Amino acid sequence: MPSTLPETELHNPQTTKTPLDPHLKALENEAIHIFREVAAEFDKPVMLYSVGKDSSVLLHLARKAFYPGRVPFPLLHVNTGWKFSEMIAFRDETVKKYDLDFIEHINPRGTAENVTPFSHGSALFTDIMKTEGLRQALDAGGFDAAFGGARRDEEASRAKERIYSFRTPEHRWDPRAQRPELWNIYNGMIRKGESVRAFPLSNWTEVDIWRYIQVEDIPLVPLYYAKERPYVERDGMMILAEDPRLELLPGEKVQHGSIRFRTLGDFPLTGAIPSQATNLEEVIAELEIATVSERQGRAIDRDQSGSMEKKKREGYF
Amino acid sequence: MTVSAIAQAAAEASTGSVTAFPANETARVPRDTRPLRLITCGSVDDGKSTLIGRLLWDTKAVKEDQAATLRRDSGKQNDLGLPDFALLLDGLQAEREQGITIDVAYRYFATDKRSFIVADTPGHEQYTRNMATGASTADLAVLLVDARTGLLEQTRRHATIASLMGIKQFVLAVNKFDLVGYDRARFDQISHEFRELALSLGVRQITAIPMSALKGENVVYDGKASMPWYDGQTLVEVLELATVRSAQTVGFRLPVQRVSRPGESFRGYQGTVAGGSVKPGDSVVILPSGMVANVTKIVTFDLVRNAAVAGDAITLVLDRQVDVSRGDMIVSLESKPQTGLAFDAQLVALQSDGIQPGKRYWLKSGSRRQRVTVEPSSQLDLKSGKWSHHTETLAMNAIGKVHLAFDEQAVFDAYEQNRTTGAFILIDPDTNNTVAGGMITAKRSSLSGIHTEDSRVLLSLPADLADQLMATELFSARREEADIRRISAGKAAEVLDGIDG
Repeated sequence: MPSTLPETELHNPQTTKTPLDPHLKALENEAIHIFREVAAEFDKPVMLYSVGKDSSVLLHLARKAFYPGRVPFPLLHVNTGWKFSEMIAFRDETVKKYDLDFIEHINPRGTAENVTPFSHGSALFTDIMKTEGLRQALDAGGFDAAFGGARRDEEASRAKERIYSFRTPEHRWDPRAQRPELWNIYNGMIRKGESVRAFPLSNWTEVDIWRYIQVEDIPLVPLYYAKERPYVERDGMMILAEDPRLELLPGEKVQHGSIRFRTLGDFPLTGAIPSQATNLEEVIAELEIATVSERQGRAIDRDQSGSMEKKKREGYF
Repeated sequence: MTVSAIAQAAAEASTGSVTAFPANETARVPRDTRPLRLITCGSVDDGKSTLIGRLLWDTKAVKEDQAATLRRDSGKQNDLGLPDFALLLDGLQAEREQGITIDVAYRYFATDKRSFIVADTPGHEQYTRNMATGASTADLAVLLVDARTGLLEQTRRHATIASLMGIKQFVLAVNKFDLVGYDRARFDQISHEFRELALSLGVRQITAIPMSALKGENVVYDGKASMPWYDGQTLVEVLELATVRSAQTVGFRLPVQRVSRPGESFRGYQGTVAGGSVKPGDSVVILPSGMVANVTKIVTFDLVRNAAVAGDAITLVLDRQVDVSRGDMIVSLESKPQTGLAFDAQLVALQSDGIQPGKRYWLKSGSRRQRVTVEPSSQLDLKSGKWSHHTETLAMNAIGKVHLAFDEQAVFDAYEQNRTTGAFILIDPDTNNTVAGGMITAKRSSLSGIHTEDSRVLLSLPADLADQLMATELFSARREEADIRRISAGKAAEVLDGIDG
């Protein structure tokens, strides 16, 4: 995007698209308001970018919020080294296409101590590579505000989280000492070292995300659409079998089928679902009759009930 | 929301075509209207968790794996084969351990007509703080009572707080109605009492519904089988037809969040329209500076728009170089908000330190943050609904009237007129915590707030004080608007007594 714009060309080329319905428009307005408020109030914001569908929506809203200017903060990808390869390709393309400032961080302990989801289990692996990795990256960048794409409808402990979620210098979340949040007036006052996680998508539901992607024509990682892919069944999950680091256990065999993913993360921890939905319309059609929540495919939530709250208290996003 | 959407929904509701959802209904994709924000008030004893659980369950907002986790965690089901809904709602482990709900939680569900955001607040002693938080964004309050006990003191408290926070639509859910044998006379009695209470608080949109949340009667599905005499709406039908507040009727307001300067040729003011509407060509004033300019463009990512209304996040371009920065408010020339150094407000104290008289707090309203001194003047007794004559401090959970004194010009509308530009929070500079939520009631003039539009005031002053007053710049500028007579003290007393008498 050019830094200056001729007066006559302030139009986005896509003026012919259908306008948002009042429901999505209200959610979009709220998200843009939050983006602008954080960008104005904090010294050094950053946007957590996980390459998934929620991150794609978040990025789209950020571009809208600051148009005709550039997105005034960097994107941070806390990589684990175990992401789907298609995610990384999509990520690099997106950063280039939208002229974004981009930071990638991988916890060095990952390679130094050979931390893998197979050797350490999902709980410890996530704790080291995601929670600890995120803390490292935020500390290194000196960021005082971090945008995330979390939604309150995702998980029970999220339902009580504020839009500005206060964190101690140790990145801890104390659910009992949250600041009251009234109207749309956000309290961004913090001391040095403290920070805020800001969640512009707090009031969105999964259906809203998908419908917004459809109306706004937001590009996604192709893994969200069904395709003939190799997979292995393990612990009741369908694991994508294309990375050579996936070692087959006794009795396991690579199968092929039309599958897609409802959420994206580390390939060994993210289960696919059988699906014939090869485009957005079909994905939404499937979603509308879905009777299982999207986090069902995630090993991380199933370790124990209340596991997300525990991780969040320790600084997980 | 569009008027036609409401009309259409109303028409459908009146023909009775939308009363029941088949059990295999797909996930809802609402399109016609903005989400309705509501708050539920009541205690565990009233069956609030059951009611919200029932709403989520019957609108298919609970997915199978979540239900499975519920069943696993609770290890028990009620006699209808449903899981313990409280576990679905009490999300934090800390709460489960203590069996209490500690904070405001937000729930989401949708029907074909609309989607809903429920602020779910606990009903025990921290209710004021949590309820005020939940109510601040709500358009409608659902007040729950147990049909066996009827209205309680807490019902009055909940209704008082809800109306104070500007909620104009009440639904009374007379729950556990199965336990009073679906007695119509009982319902009539409770709903009559409630109507009187709500009217006394100035709330006129009132709907009472007999229901059993446990059995799912009159929540999403109707309860005709048990209550053939009730031909009113179910809870969900009322919610579908409720109005979402719109601030479009008052003058244009744009609190400036940030100034966008991507290059030399472009300068735009970014913010969310907080009232009224705006179009290119409109004359606007920048407050508090008072400078005037004209709107040339309304820029958004999608297109250059020819109008923007309350709620829209926009970038405004003006026709001349004026000094505008974050915290300023761009407003319509015809209908300006109040500007001044002193305002009256009502507030809710949210933290254990309460509100200290004379302490300098940060006040944030819209995008503006400024220093303020707060003097409490009276406190609301939630039991009786009466204001005390005098108070100096406000403890946590207290609701009080206060005087606000600013160092620099402040800009507000009355909360009654505009829920965005009339609302504020107070931040303690020592802890950075949010310590109060407040609502502006009026500007305070230097003459102790006797100013109202179009009225005149008779003052009887000692002649020397009158000389000083008339010598001020303010007075001399408006000298021709004043009538002055020199009379004796005795005559003045006679005149004034005559008026009062």
